[in-house]
Amino acid sequence: MVLGKLFRTTAFKLSLAYLVIFAIGAGLVLGRVAWNVKGLMDDQIASTVEAEVKGLGEQYAQGGIRRLVFVIEQRMRQPSASLYLVTSPNGQVIAGNIIELQSGALDRQGVIETGYMRDDDQEAHHQHRALANVFFLPGGFRLLVGRDLGDRENLRHVMSRALFTSLAWLIAIGTLGGLFVAIRVLQRVNTLSVSAQDIMKGDLSQRLPLSGSNDELDHLAFNLNAMLERIDELMTGLKDVSDNIAHDLKTPLTRLRNNAEEALREGGSSEVMGQALERVIEESDGLIRIFNALLTIARLEAGQAGGELKPCDPAEILREIVELYEPSAEEAGAQIAVEAEPGLTILANRELIGQALANLLDNALKYGLRDDARSLRASVRRVGTRVELMIADRGPGIAVGDRGRVTDRFVRLEGARSRPGSGLGLSMAQAIVKLHGGDVRIEDNEPGLRVVLSLPVSVPHD
Amino acid sequence: MLAPMRLLIIEDDPDSAAYLVKAFREAGHVADHAPDGLEGYAMGRDGAYDVLIVDRMLPKLDGLSLIGGLREQKIDTPVLILSALGQVDDRVKGLRAGGDDYLAKPYAFSELLARVEVLQRRKGVAPGDATVLRIGGLELDRLAHKLTRDGKEILIQPREFRLLEYLMQHAGQVVTRTMLLENVWDYHFDPQTNVIDVHISRLRSKIDKGFEAPLLHTIRGAGYMIRDGAR
Repeated sequence: MVLGKLFRTTAFKLSLAYLVIFAIGAGLVLGRVAWNVKGLMDDQIASTVEAEVKGLGEQYAQGGIRRLVFVIEQRMRQPSASLYLVTSPNGQVIAGNIIELQSGALDRQGVIETGYMRDDDQEAHHQHRALANVFFLPGGFRLLVGRDLGDRENLRHVMSRALFTSLAWLIAIGTLGGLFVAIRVLQRVNTLSVSAQDIMKGDLSQRLPLSGSNDELDHLAFNLNAMLERIDELMTGLKDVSDNIAHDLKTPLTRLRNNAEEALREGGSSEVMGQALERVIEESDGLIRIFNALLTIARLEAGQAGGELKPCDPAEILREIVELYEPSAEEAGAQIAVEAEPGLTILANRELIGQALANLLDNALKYGLRDDARSLRASVRRVGTRVELMIADRGPGIAVGDRGRVTDRFVRLEGARSRPGSGLGLSMAQAIVKLHGGDVRIEDNEPGLRVVLSLPVSVPHD
Repeated sequence: MLAPMRLLIIEDDPDSAAYLVKAFREAGHVADHAPDGLEGYAMGRDGAYDVLIVDRMLPKLDGLSLIGGLREQKIDTPVLILSALGQVDDRVKGLRAGGDDYLAKPYAFSELLARVEVLQRRKGVAPGDATVLRIGGLELDRLAHKLTRDGKEILIQPREFRLLEYLMQHAGQVVTRTMLLENVWDYHFDPQTNVIDVHISRLRSKIDKGFEAPLLHTIRGAGYMIRDGAR
C-alpha cells in the first residue's frame, strides 16, 4: 500500500520518465560510438587488404601463377596471417588457407563481407566472418585476400555488454533514487497536509511549516501561508462587521425596548401611550431602514441587485438629485453649485446612481457644513475614459487615515456619532459604484471633503 | 370619505394575513383572504374585488404567475405586490408581470393603505385626467401650467407644479413620501432624510400662506393629503 502510494507520487513518476529518457540517450551515444569504431576498423582492414591484393597482383604480373602461389604459401605461415584463396579458371582451389567460403563470394570483384572456415581450424564447422577483397587476375584466376573480423566482433560484444550492464545499473540506481526522492517529497507533502488539516479544523492562526531549504515546496508553503494570512484578515474583518452590526442594532433596539417599557410602567392616559407607541414605531422603522440598507448593500456587492443597465445622462441624474435636495440645502442655509458637462453617457441603473448621489448629498448637508462655509459643489465631467461625479463640501473633511475606512459599513467618525445616521450611506454608494465597474475616491477638497464617483464612460455604438 | 373597498389578500403567512384583514376592516374596508396561489387565483378571477394584494412567494402558484394568469383572463383588477425582495430588479419584474404597484416587506400599514386607496381610484373614473384640477379655491390648469387660488395667480416652479398635480389628482387620499418620490421624481429609493417634507412645506407656503383654510394637510405617521377643509 505504502509502495503503491510511492509509485503514484509525482516525484517517482518524474524520476521514471527521466530514467527512460536518460536510458534512451545513453543507448544512442553508445550505439553511435560502436558504429563509428566499427566503421574505423572496417576502413583499416579494407585498406590493409587492398594493399596486400595490390602487392600480390604485382607478384602475379612478374612471375605468373607459380610465383603467386609461392608467395601466398609463404605468407600463410606467418603468425596472424591474412586469409588467402586462389582459384583456377574452372573454380579449383590452387592455394589458400580457406577451406570453405560463403557461396558466390568469388562471383564479383571488390570488397565483400563473408562467412568462411579456415583450414587450421580446431573446431570443425565453426564459421567466422571476414572482410575480403576479390580480385580477378588475368588468365581467369581469381584471388581473394581477407582479414578476420574477430576483433571487430569482440569489440561489438564488449560494447553491447557495456551498454546492457550500464542500463541495468542505470535502471536500478534510477528507481532507487526515484523512490528516495518520492519518499522525501511525500514526507514533506504529508507534513503540509497534516498542517492543512489542522488549519481546516478551525485553527486559522496556524501556519504551514517551512523546511528552510527555500525550494519550490517552501515557496508554495510560503504563498499558502500568505493566503491564510489574508483569509484570517478577512475573517477578522467579517467578524468586526458582524460585531458592528450587532452593536449598531443593539442601540436602537434598546431605545425601542426602553420606550415600550417606560410607557407600560407609567401607564397613564391613552394619549401618552399613543405617543410612546409612535416612538416605538419610529424606532422600528429606523431599524427596518438599516436592515434594508444592509440587504441592499449585500445584494449589490453580490452583483444581484443591479437590474438592467441602460445608457443614461449623468448630468441629468445629478441635476435631478440636486433639485431634490435643493430645498433641504436652502433650509440649512447652504447652496449647491452645479457644474455639469453635457452630452455624456454612462451605462447605469439610473435609480441606483441617483441613490448614491443622494447619499453623498445627504452626508454633505449633515456633516459638511460649517458656520462660515455653507456652499456645496456638485459636478460631472469626463476625465479620459471615466465619468466623474463629484460632491464636494467646505466642511471639516476627513483625516487621511480615516479615508480608507469611511466606506466600511457602520463606520461613523467622531463628531458624527451624535447626529442621526446609520453609517451605511457611503458603503452603499461604494457598492453601487462598484457594481457599475467604477470606484469611489475620498479626497481633500482643501478645505473640506470631496467624494468622487468614477464610472466608466459608455461609448455609443453607431 | 372614500367608498369602502373590497380587497383580496393573497398571503400564505396566517399571522400577516390576519393582521392585514383586521387593519383594513378598521380602515373601513372589506378584506378577504386566500392562503395560497391557486385559491387566490380562483377568488381573484371570480370575485368582484377592487384591489388584489398579492404576496410574491406563495405555495402552489407563485405571485407573478398568478398575476400573469389573471391578466391573460382579461381580469384587470389592480394588483399590489408585496414582497420580501425589495430590490430594484424585483420591482421591475413585478410590474412587468402585470402588477400595478410594488411594496417591499416590511412596510408600514399606512403606506400600504395609501397605495391601495390610490390603486382603487385608478380603477374607477380618474378625476385626475381633467385638464383643470380644482380643490376649494385652488385651480391648477394643466395645459396653461397656471396655478391660481381664489383667482390670484401663484408662481410655481415646474417640480412644485408636478408635486401639486399629483397631490390634487389624489385629492382626499393620503399620499406617502415614497409615493411622492416615485411619482414626482421617478426614484424608488428610501429618502433618508426629510427632503420630501421640505418640498411640501415650500409648496404649502405658496398655496396656503395668507389664506384662511389650509388645503395641504400632514397626516401624522403616514404622509400628506390635499383636501378642501371647508367641506
